[in-house]
Amino acid sequence: MNFSVWQGEWSYILLFIAGFCVTQPWRYMGVVLSKDVSIDSEVLVWVNLVSTALVAGLVARLLLFPAGAVAEVPLALRMLAFLGGMGLFMVLRQSMAAGVLGGIGILVAGIVLIGI
Amino acid sequence: MTADGSDPGLQAPAWTKGATQRQALLRGARRAFGSLPAFVVFATAIGFGALARDAGFDLWQTLFIAATIFALPGQVVLVQQAAAGATLLAAALAVMLTSVRFLPMTVALLPWLRDGSRQRTKEYLLSHFMAITVWLESRRWLPVLPPNLRMPFFAGFALMIYVGNTSAAVIGYVVAANVPTPLAAGLVFLTPLYFGMSLILTAVQWPFAVAIAVGAIVGPVAFVYAPGFDLALSGLVGGTVAYGLKRWREGR
Repeated sequence: MNFSVWQGEWSYILLFIAGFCVTQPWRYMGVVLSKDVSIDSEVLVWVNLVSTALVAGLVARLLLFPAGAVAEVPLALRMLAFLGGMGLFMVLRQSMAAGVLGGIGILVAGIVLIGI
Repeated sequence: MTADGSDPGLQAPAWTKGATQRQALLRGARRAFGSLPAFVVFATAIGFGALARDAGFDLWQTLFIAATIFALPGQVVLVQQAAAGATLLAAALAVMLTSVRFLPMTVALLPWLRDGSRQRTKEYLLSHFMAITVWLESRRWLPVLPPNLRMPFFAGFALMIYVGNTSAAVIGYVVAANVPTPLAAGLVFLTPLYFGMSLILTAVQWPFAVAIAVGAIVGPVAFVYAPGFDLALSGLVGGTVAYGLKRWREGR
């Protein structure tokens, strides 16, 4: 793992560039454009689809290639906990509390049972 | 929901009668405690704190990321990219792709904050609080408020969500450091669970379901063959394929 550049005092500059500097300008541009320019709604549709697909890729990565504590958990248990949480969410009328508590419950119970 | 996104069931609350801007600010702040989405975001931000600690960041870095980005997907992407040893360029690109949506969101919301007077400085300052939960809640509430109370109400609400989000990241970090490993892993797992549920909610529209499916397949493959750019690729490929299919079906 090549984590070194993201550590130490200099890391704040990197975090600022890769975080704030690529996020906040879009908000500022929104303020500027909201004045009189009408944004092409087709572009908005594409932007929304891209960020949705990216979050889907992120979820897949968090499940398949997790870092740290979850990486110790077997893939089958990770998937079981995730799908269990999603299933509870859907069955119990889209209750996020049920999805979160159910998913975490399965994961933690599984870890304790297996004894990692 | 009506066409402008406001909630037709809501009417101007009684407190708005003769209320000062200061009172509206405090009402907005109080509103943050009574809103369910705000509570969900608080819980998820706790998960972010645990995730950042898990990825190897210290407490101050975690707080810095939450305070400067204030958008959960961007925060998680940055932390994950750094943990995987991605380059600055790859990390910035992936975070940027999660943040482009703030442009249309800001454009859509700002007209609701204006009462006719020009308050550019305030608008730029408040734009930092533009994140999905603040946006969704504001779209429901702003239209029913008297125009002169909208900006202070929004400021109070958004600021409180901001404080809650950043302090939750700290809480999550500290809690994850002090509970047994299985529970810490559970806290870290909050993030994929929450994002997964959010995706299910958007997937009712079929182009979004396509984007999710393609993104979830492209992401892991690209993680193996093009590490660092996997998130950007899943977003660009998944989003563009879904958009192309949508255009193609509409064109027939």
